Amino acid sequence: MKFKIYRYNPETDKKPYVQDYELDKVEPGTMLLAALLRIKDEQDQTLSFRRSCGEGVCGSDGMNINGTNGLACVTSLDSLKQPVEIRPLPGLPVIRDLIIDMEQFYKQYRAVKPYLVVNDPMPEVELLQTPEQREKLDGLYECVLCACCSTSCPSFWWNPDKFLGPAALLQASRFIEDSRDQDFEKRLEDLEGPFKLFRCHTIMNCVNVCPKGLNPTKAIGRIKNKMVSRSL
Amino acid sequence: MSESNRQPIERRQFDTLIIGAGGGGLRASLQLAEADLSVAVVSKVFPTRSHTVAAQGGMNAALANVGPDNWHWHMFDTVKGSDYLGDQDAIEYMCRTAPKAVYELEHFGVPFSRLDNGKIYQRAFGGQSQNFGGDQAARTCAAADRTGHAILHSLYQQNIRAKTHFFDEYFAVDLLQGDEGQVLGALVFNINDGSIIVIEARTTLIATGGAGQIFKTTTNALINTGDGMGMAMRAGIPLQDMEFYQFHPTGIAGRGMLITEGARGEGGYLVNADGERMMERYAPKAKDLASRDVVSRAIAIEVREGRGCGPKKDHVMLKLDHLGEEVIQKRLPGIRQTCITFLGIDPAEAPIPVFPTAHYTMGGIPTNRHGQVVVPVKDTPEEPVAGLYAAGECACVSVHGGNRLGGNSLLDILVFGRAAANHIIEYLKENKYHQQIDDAAINKVVDKVRRYDKPGTGKETVAGLRDELKQVMEEHCSVFRNKEILNQGVDKIERLAERMKDLSIDDQSYTFNTAKVEAFELENLMAVALATIHSANAREESRGAHSRTDFTERDDIAWMRHSLYSFENGLDYKPVRTKPISVESFPPKPRVY
Repeated sequence: MKFKIYRYNPETDKKPYVQDYELDKVEPGTMLLAALLRIKDEQDQTLSFRRSCGEGVCGSDGMNINGTNGLACVTSLDSLKQPVEIRPLPGLPVIRDLIIDMEQFYKQYRAVKPYLVVNDPMPEVELLQTPEQREKLDGLYECVLCACCSTSCPSFWWNPDKFLGPAALLQASRFIEDSRDQDFEKRLEDLEGPFKLFRCHTIMNCVNVCPKGLNPTKAIGRIKNKMVSRSL
Repeated sequence: MSESNRQPIERRQFDTLIIGAGGGGLRASLQLAEADLSVAVVSKVFPTRSHTVAAQGGMNAALANVGPDNWHWHMFDTVKGSDYLGDQDAIEYMCRTAPKAVYELEHFGVPFSRLDNGKIYQRAFGGQSQNFGGDQAARTCAAADRTGHAILHSLYQQNIRAKTHFFDEYFAVDLLQGDEGQVLGALVFNINDGSIIVIEARTTLIATGGAGQIFKTTTNALINTGDGMGMAMRAGIPLQDMEFYQFHPTGIAGRGMLITEGARGEGGYLVNADGERMMERYAPKAKDLASRDVVSRAIAIEVREGRGCGPKKDHVMLKLDHLGEEVIQKRLPGIRQTCITFLGIDPAEAPIPVFPTAHYTMGGIPTNRHGQVVVPVKDTPEEPVAGLYAAGECACVSVHGGNRLGGNSLLDILVFGRAAANHIIEYLKENKYHQQIDDAAINKVVDKVRRYDKPGTGKETVAGLRDELKQVMEEHCSVFRNKEILNQGVDKIERLAERMKDLSIDDQSYTFNTAKVEAFELENLMAVALATIHSANAREESRGAHSRTDFTERDDIAWMRHSLYSFENGLDYKPVRTKPISVESFPPKPRVY
């Protein structure tokens, strides 16, 4: 099995280059992460990438695989055309090889105040929420912050500091939809203006790449609807 | 980038240093940040990548939202589940505090699943009963089968609100100590650029999680390398009860991905090659919801006796399809996706091949119920180490004893992360000033980090030694053990540890050098493996997850005591704290489910 992998080490390389690797005896059903780990262990310790849980829950190993963003640990090699071309997630600075600097992404996440706000005194037990109210959070709370969506979004590439991006907006929606949250008005107000939310042009790349099957475009649409009905 | 390494070593001062940003670390940091203390959280990965994120089934608390329940029943189940090795003061504290810990999480925003009346959904889990061993209890609070994800993200979010200071992608190498063993902080390096920082702290909390990577097949993430346990051992602190390692009954066979016990809690069950519902023979009453050690042994026996499934007869099947697609999608969406991704099997249509898989470190850094790290000093078995705390899977408080109940792990990290923080707040009032850290102590660790700046001459590789270690532990320290297998295992691990001095790496960069991180992780894995196999070899009885085929019975007279293993003294023992805080002690009884 053949791989072409983006390499860059700022200490030694003037510019990035592509390195070829080859693995034999790759069993069917092997995930890309397992192949990368084998390359690192058997051939080249300097190949650098993030990884942890190996089952698509921690969100560490987002990368661009044959032109599409995805998590290496849940991408089966069987599904990939050879040679497999692997690059870092696009649109954010590269630290080394497949490792990007995610600070801008995290900054936008923090910007939506991604935490429950309750102003009333808390009861001594749980806040009540019906199963129907809770169901509104399905498809929103499962995000693993892998950045596959935001780094596939042209609007985010062009304005990563002004457009919040699909991941942060999905998170905004997660709190706007939460029946327990008491910051509804403020949350909508904060998203006004031409950039933060409205730079989404429903290109839908985010939906196509999300490894958790989430739909940020739909979430953004829900926020827009709420803004409209609020202004009426 | 290498410029920064020529600069003098930076020193930062905080009231508290927390190493690890999983549920335990983040619960503690939140408590401390809200008490207006300065807290540094050092994590080798971005916080939401920590392994708490992978916890599925839920968190136990006697809320009685589904049926009658109370904390005392929960305490009984936990003591029994521990095979009477758990410390009953800590267990009482945990079970009493559990409801409060869950309500707090709910207030932090955790999206728990809900019952029709709006209260938190609770499901049945293994080893839980009403009325001290009666009917099955439903005590496990769940957010579908993504409870760990929901909790970790909510805690991180609350820490954003509280403005906790994070050192993301920094690796803690070693604790820094004063002359009397007191802990004064730690030396860490920035993975991003290789720069070294000394973090001076009046209190240090280790919350680095478990060490499942000592085994070949494991549900654990690659980051679960027992870093805090290794650090503690190098600081002269023994590890407690390391022979008690939990094998989860339902890892995906051969692959290791976890299938939550909640799958059986929702009504799933195990079948052997004959299609027989096998657990009825091993646990007539609790059946598939017996304790994990019991179910894991049952599966291993079925396979050993030729009733395994598949062409190699090397696993059994977990059947869920009778639950119907709706229940599976609503309550178990995560494991459904995992099965489809890794097996091409939809559990709504076909059974899942499963086998016991390394899952949880019951042992760890010994602490009392306030999270203080305690060591034997002369005649005192549990003397606090000044300035040092531990909580969660890296710690041994010990609420799990010989076998942890499902749903008690998330509970442990939250209750004792919080308890440790509360004790730290008091401790800091009495200990107002930072102590000077000796240059010699710092330089020793700096040299260790710098060792990898130049190419080494040793012929051993990280991957080579690590793969051997995992293979040896898998073969010699698994579900069933005996003297011969363990003796060989001890020899093999000792020889591997010897070879560590010939370790070198091919990557000398300062920039995001993951080869260097893996070398330090291997040092920690080796320490944990040594402690585990030595402790297992010495314990000549069967208790909880430690099953000896040559000593098949529990021996309360000789062995109802905690093991302690240290580099300096080898094995030592201390008594179990059998006296609870306010209720009567649960005396040891035969353990049947």
